[in-house]
Amino acid sequence: MSAPTSSRGAAARWGLNLYAAIGLLYLFVPIAWIVWFSFNEPKGRYNIVWQRFTLENWSDPFSNESLTDAFAQSLKIAAISTAIATLLGSMIAVALSRYSFKGSSGLNLFLVLPLTTPEIVLGSSLATLFLDWDVTRGFTTVVIAHIMFQVSFVALTVRARVRGFDWTLEQAAQDLGASPMRTFWKVTFPLILPGILAAALLSFALSIDDFIITLFTAGSLSTFPLYINGSFRVQFPPQANVLATMILLASVSLLLIGVIRSSRRGVVGSS
Amino acid sequence: MAATEVEAGPPAARRVDLIGLGALLVAGALIAAIGMRLITGSLAVLATVLLLAVVLGLVFAAVAGGPDTRRRLAPYGLLKPGMLWLALFYLAPLFTLLRASLSTLPSRFAVEAEFDWNFGNYADAFSDFGAQFGRGFLYAGIATLLCVVIGYPLAYVIAFRGGRWRNVLLGLVVVPFFTSYLIRTIAWSSLLADSGPIVGTIEGLQLTGLFEAAGIIDNGRLINTPAAVIGGLTYNFLPFMILPIYVSLEKIDPALIDAAKDLYSTAGAAFRKIVLPLSVPGVFAGTLLTFIPAAGDFINAEYLGNPNTTMVGNSIQDQFLVQNNTPLASAMSFVLMIIIVVAVLSYTKLLGTEELS
Repeated sequence: MSAPTSSRGAAARWGLNLYAAIGLLYLFVPIAWIVWFSFNEPKGRYNIVWQRFTLENWSDPFSNESLTDAFAQSLKIAAISTAIATLLGSMIAVALSRYSFKGSSGLNLFLVLPLTTPEIVLGSSLATLFLDWDVTRGFTTVVIAHIMFQVSFVALTVRARVRGFDWTLEQAAQDLGASPMRTFWKVTFPLILPGILAAALLSFALSIDDFIITLFTAGSLSTFPLYINGSFRVQFPPQANVLATMILLASVSLLLIGVIRSSRRGVVGSS
Repeated sequence: MAATEVEAGPPAARRVDLIGLGALLVAGALIAAIGMRLITGSLAVLATVLLLAVVLGLVFAAVAGGPDTRRRLAPYGLLKPGMLWLALFYLAPLFTLLRASLSTLPSRFAVEAEFDWNFGNYADAFSDFGAQFGRGFLYAGIATLLCVVIGYPLAYVIAFRGGRWRNVLLGLVVVPFFTSYLIRTIAWSSLLADSGPIVGTIEGLQLTGLFEAAGIIDNGRLINTPAAVIGGLTYNFLPFMILPIYVSLEKIDPALIDAAKDLYSTAGAAFRKIVLPLSVPGVFAGTLLTFIPAAGDFINAEYLGNPNTTMVGNSIQDQFLVQNNTPLASAMSFVLMIIIVVAVLSYTKLLGTEELS
């Protein structure tokens, strides 16, 4: 963009930058609160008023047993559902972007629908399905529900990432005598893998944090968000902040690794 | 969608396409019907056998056919597991929801409702919870507008002025995704509390009167007001607005803006005539991604609101899981979905874009 020509232009420019900076700051106010209050030593059972700085919560993040159990359930659910949904979703993404076939636009629309349905409708409708089947709601039903919304999410994310992919590379590999299997594992898979990993990371985060759909499908099972919600009337332990900060740190470092790796590859590719 | 139009192949190839698509649709319909329990008893066993036959038949056809047949059947095979999952756990539940919404609880304490075409649930939904429906859509609408007002400039600055920091700034926008939604909302309830920093700052600056007049502060309180609920919704869904707007802005070639300036267009006119029209798909996607979840949300109203700021989501949750009135909750849920589908369709028609996905 050209340099600002007048002082009025410069003022407008800086005004807009400042506005954006405040917007970004707004996004971080509660995050900072969560991290900061993980170092609080609360009086009573509610960690919502600042008392004094302590490292105690961090030295023993798993001291609250039911919170830890709920957290472990969330991790387990997220791991299983993400693995299955990533497989199913990536297969759909490859089918939609790699091939041209009859009915693709209709199927594409069907794929978007779950993401444009409010979570409360998804949750309550699944609850009526499981009531109808006389199935006890619990771990399995939560995993089933999470896979359902993750499949669409993974499929659309992976498809967006492989949109510009040059599929003639496959042709080239086969012309050089590679079998279809070999072509897939040596050419296609490494190229679409970053997209799949990014989608898996995001959908793992979606699963671990899901509250509304889980509430309707969990029965008496407790997950991390369900535990927070259920216990909030009686207590809000600082360990909740510690665990939330841990999730944050883990996913941000994974994101950073991804960004660094892709930018490094970008440098190699352009030289 | 890029290059997924059907190629005009030879008739044999088109027949293979039809077989593949037909098998997928038949399998989907069968599994959905079994899930809906429209097919029960020995017929369900038969349907399951038929389902397996269709799936295995397609695998057999692919193996027996030549490479070309395999190639044409491959996408249907890849789609099948995921699509069948959605047929069983997205489509079938919507049907059971509809059936539940037309059922009656035999007694106040009964758990199992009986299906008897009871449209009274819908009448009850509107007469008893009209206000909650209204508030739900009103709050979600205001929050969506606020998200555009806050999110568009932010996306613009990142896209056009971010330079080499673009990816880092974008990463910062995504970070809130990775902290618990509930704890974020609890954080706001603590920040907005009577003894919290925000009320303190406003009082310190002696601006309480101004905020009261603007209807943001009520009786010296910020927490448990409609403003707090709307603020929470805005906060929680803001990244969903920023990301699609950013994606559409990023695609704009800066040379277009330079060209406009070379032709003596002012910066404002260049924005209005070039950037704004080209970013419409992003704003469109962003408003949908914000409005739809916000309209069904009940967490913000529960943690930041009061009994007079409940949204339709709160009522559905309460009727379904606390009062155990499944039929009424299902009717409300179904109405919510229909209203949103109609709104999305008319909105799509208005802004007319193919970039929904």
